[in-house]
Amino acid sequence: MVKVMVYPPTSMILSDLVERMGHEALVISKEVRKKINTPGLDSPPLNITPEDAKRGLRYAAVDVPSGVRGRMALIGPMIEMADAAIMVQGDGCNLGCTGCARTNELAGFLLRTKKIPLLELRYPEDETEAKWFVRKIREFLEGLE
Amino acid sequence: MRVTKFVVTSQDSEVLPSDIAQMIYGSGHDVDVKETCFGVMIDGEEKEIDEVVKEIRAMDPPGIFIKDRGFPPGDPRRCRGHRGGGARPGLYMIEYESKILPLISKGLIADAGGDEEEPIPPTEKAKWLSSDKLEAIIKKEFS
Repeated sequence: MVKVMVYPPTSMILSDLVERMGHEALVISKEVRKKINTPGLDSPPLNITPEDAKRGLRYAAVDVPSGVRGRMALIGPMIEMADAAIMVQGDGCNLGCTGCARTNELAGFLLRTKKIPLLELRYPEDETEAKWFVRKIREFLEGLE
Repeated sequence: MRVTKFVVTSQDSEVLPSDIAQMIYGSGHDVDVKETCFGVMIDGEEKEIDEVVKEIRAMDPPGIFIKDRGFPPGDPRRCRGHRGGGARPGLYMIEYESKILPLISKGLIADAGGDEEEPIPPTEKAKWLSSDKLEAIIKKEFS
């Protein structure tokens, strides 16, 4: 079983396909679950705290907006854990943790420079593209050891 | 550790969220189920959830999609009932991906059918207008 980072990290389609093939999908909801299940000073525990913006300094400079650093506090450790990655562009979702273009660029850069098996695709828009999309993901996941 | 998962049905799946809920109630697993507009949420111990996930997938392998959720069902930080309405944060991605689930289902069926033919790669999409081309258009229009 290989730890496969999916990007967008909230993608249901990608995490489902990865787990169907018997690998472990690294998704942001698992990171959020760890945070909210860990006892802390915040009651109820928040999913992002001022401490996270500080942890994000490991991945982005201090003059980078705190939104990027806060997101990277969750996404950065996932990139470090990843043995392989699937990145899909063109989701058109401009809200939430995938709504920050700078974070998406930084995460993409870190994944490309990590030198792990990486598959980059676009979301399908018709049936022909969907067949190609599913085939490429299956072939990529089957090739992982 | 307790885990929560979303189970989302494709629009062209013949399985309804209520069918999934009924199956889980009948299976005897110690799992909480909540029906939603797009599928069901299941919450329980990790081992129980893993078994239930296998049974749910078997109902319609290409038409049922499952993802993890960070917060438990009805959590006041996410539940609309506690936040005065509006879309739940995180719904937008599910909404976007739900629209293309029928396409993914067709892709999974074609792939599982042992289709030996190599699928046709997507055509190159129109790229951004280059600055040189824009400059040429401006010169042509205003000269």
